[in-house]
Amino acid sequence: MNTPSLILPFLALILSPLLVGIVNRTKAFFAGRTGQPLFQLYFDLAKLLRKGAVYSKTTSWIFRAGPVVQLAAAITALFVLPWGGASAPFHFNGDLILLAYLMGLMRFFTVLAALDTGSAFEGMGASREVQFSALAEPALLVGLAAAAHAGHDHIAPPLGNFQGALSLSGIYSSLSMDAWLSSGPALLMVAGALFVVFLAENSRIPFDDPNTHLELTMIHEVMILDHGGPDLAMILYGASLKMWLLGSLTAGLIVPVRTGNAWLDASAVFAGLCFLALLTGVVESTMARLRLLRVPQLLVSAGFLSTLALILLLWR
Amino acid sequence: MSLLLLAVALLGFSGLCSLLLGGKRSGANTLGAAGGVVGSLVGILPAIQVLRTGTTATFYHPWNVPYGSFFLQIDALSAFFLLPIFLLSALAALYGRQYMESTPGGKNLGAFWFFFNLLIAGMALVVTARNGILFLMVWEVMSLASFFLVTFENEKESVRRAGWTYLAATHLGTAFLFVLFFLLGRESGAVLLDFDSFSGAGSRVSHVADVAFFLGLVGFGTKAGFVPFHVWLPEAHPAAPSHVSAVMSGAMIKTGIYGILRLLTLLGTPTPGWGWALLAMGLVSGILGVLFALAQHDIKRLLAYHSVENMGIITLGVGLGVLGMSSGHPALAALGFGGGLLHVVNHALFKGLLFLGAGVVLHETGTGELEHLGGLMKKMPWTAGTFLVGAAAISGLPPLNGFVSEFLLYLGALGSIEAQTMAPAGFLVIVGLALIGGLAAACFTKAFGTVFLGEPRSEHALRGHEPGRSMLLPMVLLSLFCALIGLCAPFVIGALCPAVSILTSMPFPRVESLLSPAKAPLLWVSVGGILFLVLAAGLAGLCRRLLARRRVEQAGTWDCGYVKPTARMQYTASSFAQPLTRMFDGILRTRESLDRPEGLFPVYAALKTEPRDLFNDLVYRPLFLGVEWLALRLRWLQEGHVQLYVLYIALTLLALLIWNLS
Repeated sequence: MNTPSLILPFLALILSPLLVGIVNRTKAFFAGRTGQPLFQLYFDLAKLLRKGAVYSKTTSWIFRAGPVVQLAAAITALFVLPWGGASAPFHFNGDLILLAYLMGLMRFFTVLAALDTGSAFEGMGASREVQFSALAEPALLVGLAAAAHAGHDHIAPPLGNFQGALSLSGIYSSLSMDAWLSSGPALLMVAGALFVVFLAENSRIPFDDPNTHLELTMIHEVMILDHGGPDLAMILYGASLKMWLLGSLTAGLIVPVRTGNAWLDASAVFAGLCFLALLTGVVESTMARLRLLRVPQLLVSAGFLSTLALILLLWR
Repeated sequence: MSLLLLAVALLGFSGLCSLLLGGKRSGANTLGAAGGVVGSLVGILPAIQVLRTGTTATFYHPWNVPYGSFFLQIDALSAFFLLPIFLLSALAALYGRQYMESTPGGKNLGAFWFFFNLLIAGMALVVTARNGILFLMVWEVMSLASFFLVTFENEKESVRRAGWTYLAATHLGTAFLFVLFFLLGRESGAVLLDFDSFSGAGSRVSHVADVAFFLGLVGFGTKAGFVPFHVWLPEAHPAAPSHVSAVMSGAMIKTGIYGILRLLTLLGTPTPGWGWALLAMGLVSGILGVLFALAQHDIKRLLAYHSVENMGIITLGVGLGVLGMSSGHPALAALGFGGGLLHVVNHALFKGLLFLGAGVVLHETGTGELEHLGGLMKKMPWTAGTFLVGAAAISGLPPLNGFVSEFLLYLGALGSIEAQTMAPAGFLVIVGLALIGGLAAACFTKAFGTVFLGEPRSEHALRGHEPGRSMLLPMVLLSLFCALIGLCAPFVIGALCPAVSILTSMPFPRVESLLSPAKAPLLWVSVGGILFLVLAAGLAGLCRRLLARRRVEQAGTWDCGYVKPTARMQYTASSFAQPLTRMFDGILRTRESLDRPEGLFPVYAALKTEPRDLFNDLVYRPLFLGVEWLALRLRWLQEGHVQLYVLYIALTLLALLIWNLS
């Protein structure tokens, strides 16, 4: 464990709300609006943290635990997240599973907190959330398994002795330019699948419209209708961390800068993340939200894309 | 070994005593439950001893039954199954005393506890018996005892039907086991059907081993509830009293898994075909189990289908293990078997917990129908809290035990892809586990959300209140165990090694060196879990401090401006699951009937959904109807004249004679 890997998670804690700002600025640019400031989410968080709260009489402690668990799980997940070549403070075989399941834990409690209000709208959002995430999870895990395979193709290690080859840090540190040259198409497919998962899990167009005005059509936003004050701050912050988590997995793949210097690699990934946020803004400005019935099809295709990449890598 | 015999004797004796006390309800109830608790606790000791020391305890006594001998043995594999059996049974017996008190006056509680303790003893003997005849006998004791427990409320038509389904299914399964043991006995050529003599029986002629494996898969798979032999499970579990469901689902169906594992050790080196068969069975059971569960709106039926799912996960592990062994990759074998075995214990803990929690809900509110419940969190906070732990654990979420066993399986699967050994199997396991995990989380947010959160949906839900301490204590203990395994994950490897060493027939140090690379990741998993808990506690404290001096108000739920929301306007369990059940409607075939609102001032509208089981409708019902049709066609044989029957016998003898001569 070296200094950069210790500092990077804290940097992520500070920088993550910026991504939402970039997305919103891009959308404003496309719409020809002045738009909100780049640091709007920071201002929002500071304002919300200074507020009181209103709780529904229907709710129990689950409703208050929801935001807390969500944020705690997101921060824990940051500790296994590499920045491209710069490894995470915790790295061990199978840490990708921990990351995926910590996001599952976030979702579990967000959904329960939504159901705790007894509101039909929040129930509806929760129902859609669990449906889409159940389909996104295989796509994410198979995609990462394929990425793991792309990095170390030359020598197959004896089973049981992976020496960190199955950790996110191990996987991402080996996804260098060479890996792209030798198995570019497959990695492109994985990147595509991860980007779809990134958009779906962060409730972005074409899956969900964070700015829609009609509660009936929302997914994530409708689940948090009843939260306010510090609770809402934690939820918004947790959501930006989740965007950072899945964004880094995608950006670390598409930016194959592996200099060996952790700071350089991390900066490259950060640039990639900003690009990804920009891209999200472009997607949101140029596309309409899909009909809810079409969403599963897109997610399943992301799963197939991951599978295809894995097959390509296994039998080349 | 003597402790195990003592435990069985205690169970039998207390059962008999409470049977004799049958008339005196409270006496029989207390004595039976106490016997169950003490007997089970005594029984745990030899299991722990075997796992700690790595020795094998044996008891042998000749028996005058043909081919039989009274041969019991506890090795690490038996001990690994004895542990959850006795632990869950002890807690269920403790819970059961108070649960049974409220049963209607005419019920014979003595008989109930007799069969309950007989079931515990039967399960313990099933996993320790080492003779075919003895095994079949205690298997039958276990099955019949559980049949009588399932049909405890036999005044209900639905319970009687469930009982018959169970009885038919378990005996069809046992028929395969009869054939299995006599086939193995014939091949070994030994006088007694002792398991020792079987070893190598399969290796001489390979297709005998294949046939034996197939027979075992069907016979034991029926008990374990693999799809398509699972149809008895969603009938029997809801019909039984809840602590019986907990024992049956948490412990008894595991004897099916035990049977398959024991059979594998007897058949010698497995072929890849067996591994693929197990993997396919695990995948189908896992995914279909959780899908059927999603469509249910009775809480115990939902849990029963989740047992099918979890048996699927265990079988995925066993399948990986067998594939690892047959292809010569011991590390894959160790991780697959290890993950599967750990999931056996984990499932016993969280499914026992969930059934006990469902039992409290049923006991207090009088209904298990999800759509009639709601808001119980405020009335029974402890039950709700422990149920939440169980729900998170069964969804495989960190930092609880379900995650640890699934993590081991993922590790094996990822490793097999990475090393390009059995990569397709690894791929299937990853996709299967990921899909099952997501769907299970959907199902348990639905179950927990509709039962415990929101507003009460009917007057049933208004009735609920916390049960007595002796019912709460088992649930609290079980949820503590769930958390303990999650937070002390690296230590479970040590407990797994002896049993894995038997399954892989590799020496203990070799298994230890194969599984020890998994220790470091598990340590980090536990560290991550602790970090998460610390962070959550810190954030909760922070939130409390921030709100301490501010205005915190209570108001109604903001229903998008609607002023007078009612409890009936909440999202229902069926609506919550509907997007997913619609997606898989080809498999689920949920029956819907809709009365549309009509006219300008509609007064009535209704939507009924009835979850069905594809296999019941398409396979078993036609099959049994066919059997019945055939039986009716052959009724003319049964005239009722003795002379005619003597003629049949004579004709049969003649036919046999001719067949033998030719």
